[in-house]
Amino acid sequence: MGSITLDKVSKSFGEAKVIPSIDLEIQDGEFVVFVGPSGCGKSTLLRLIAGLEDVSGGRILIDGKDVTGNAPAQRGLAMVFQSYALYPHMSVRNNIAFPLKMAKVDKSVIDQKVKDAAAILNLTDYLERRPSQLSGGQRQRVAIGRAIVREPSAFLFDEPLSNLDAALRGTMRLEISELHNQLKTTMIYVTHDQIEAMTMADKIVVLNRGNIEQVGSPLDLYAKPRNLFVAGFIGSPRMNLIEGDFARSKGAKTVGIRPEHFDLSHEAGLWEGVVTVAEHLGSDTFLHVEVQGIGQINARTDGEFQARHGTRIYLTPNETKLHRFDEQGLAI
Amino acid sequence: MARSVTTRHKVIATVAAWAVALLIFFPILYTVVTSLKTEPEAIAGFNLIPSFTLDNYVTVQTQRDYIKPFTNSVILSVGSTILALIIGIPSAWAMAFSPTKRTKDVLMWMLSTKMMPAVAVLVPIYLMFRDFGLLDTRIGLTIMLTLINLPIVIWMLYTYFREIPGEILEAARMDGAGLWQEIVYVLTPMAVPGIASTLLLNIILAWNESFWTIRLTTATAAPLTAFIASFSSPQGLFWAKLSAASTMAIAPILIMGWFSQKQLVRGLTFGAVK
Repeated sequence: MGSITLDKVSKSFGEAKVIPSIDLEIQDGEFVVFVGPSGCGKSTLLRLIAGLEDVSGGRILIDGKDVTGNAPAQRGLAMVFQSYALYPHMSVRNNIAFPLKMAKVDKSVIDQKVKDAAAILNLTDYLERRPSQLSGGQRQRVAIGRAIVREPSAFLFDEPLSNLDAALRGTMRLEISELHNQLKTTMIYVTHDQIEAMTMADKIVVLNRGNIEQVGSPLDLYAKPRNLFVAGFIGSPRMNLIEGDFARSKGAKTVGIRPEHFDLSHEAGLWEGVVTVAEHLGSDTFLHVEVQGIGQINARTDGEFQARHGTRIYLTPNETKLHRFDEQGLAI
Repeated sequence: MARSVTTRHKVIATVAAWAVALLIFFPILYTVVTSLKTEPEAIAGFNLIPSFTLDNYVTVQTQRDYIKPFTNSVILSVGSTILALIIGIPSAWAMAFSPTKRTKDVLMWMLSTKMMPAVAVLVPIYLMFRDFGLLDTRIGLTIMLTLINLPIVIWMLYTYFREIPGEILEAARMDGAGLWQEIVYVLTPMAVPGIASTLLLNIILAWNESFWTIRLTTATAAPLTAFIASFSSPQGLFWAKLSAASTMAIAPILIMGWFSQKQLVRGLTFGAVK
């Protein structure tokens, strides 16, 4: 079991209020991703749940039990850090066994659990090595191994993949998702990378300046962003946000159009524009287009679309996919 | 263009390094040379070739027992170092990982006690030692040496501990380690190189400490520093015997320093270069 409840949790560092007040329900077995720009308080929130920081106000409940005053070890959670935080003087085996040793588990049980964890994470051949003799991906797997042997009620991940190169990040993303399917344990995952958020999460929590902007499934956030911040943050490339006459004609202060929601044509369309940059990926084409009276527009289309710097093209936004926002930046 | 290191540069650098090293080492060398001379030779003036007599060593050993002050030196330096580490490790841990607004001030204040001339507190310390019955006792001197070296021990350990990433200690906390387990299983093993060089440096400092060891002892607890001093005053200027006593006093620490120089150099320059 691993349901987590945040009840009016707040955190200040001296005068600075990092998290004003947050309420959040995390169900048992959910994969929740905290996402937001740097300095939005997502890591702080994770550390509050872990118990590595004391809350300034509010309560944290795990499985209905108030753990606000409990030390990290007493909360039954496991954490994977961005820097892996492995013990450099211990072998992989001892790193993974450490939490069990601290819990005074029987030696034969420890050996078995370490063996099982190593098998799940493909580390069996590396058990006698030191962390310094491992690659970045292997180190991250050791850190995960150290977390899973404890059979925690929830896993906390603090930007675990940001030190890895792009290719490895993709692989590890899959491995963590698979691990979640296998263990079905609650996971809270902090990242600033919205691709990680979109691909892994059951539920995304978008944070900005210590406040929750929106909570929902990845597709909810993509299809129905509650406000301009979420609209601009979720989705890659970013949603085009257009103000002025076009927005007024739609009865809004700002209109948002995702890059993939344009019909592109060489002959005719609603807007005429000139391509400034064209990126051809084979599977997709990304175009940056300067449209008279509208501004810079990012557009994306499947497959290959013939265009290069200076090409004149026509764009027609998909009327059914428009997002409208009022003066306060809230979705209409 | 990269800086070209020519053979000429290398030769000049090597010669300069040797010259500086010899200059620093010369007093020790001359002490050893003098200890191998006869007394008339020793006072005759500058001369680097002794007659290689071992008489001085024999005389020194028969006049005064070398073993007793040597044992005292070992007990005092090792004892005070262990005591300083027992106090210093938790103190440095606290200041490195849970710093407060005043931590820097506390550190500076501790160091400032090292800037005070020892003689300024000679009378109060002497009186306290007398009243507590600590004069000429090993335990008294061990405490004294611990106290005077503690600021340096804490500073060195603090610098080492600061280099250890805090996330590793947080990981240990998440893994269920209590405060004591965190220090014993994670922090200390990671800080072993730092602790080792602190230990070595402190042993050398304690071994060489002469102000308090001479003034607070007479016979029972007197270490090698007092042993050397006893050859200089009552018998006039017996340079050769004094040199023999000095050589015997510094030999053990010189040998230890020689074998641990790698560790010491690393310790003294730690944190200077990332």
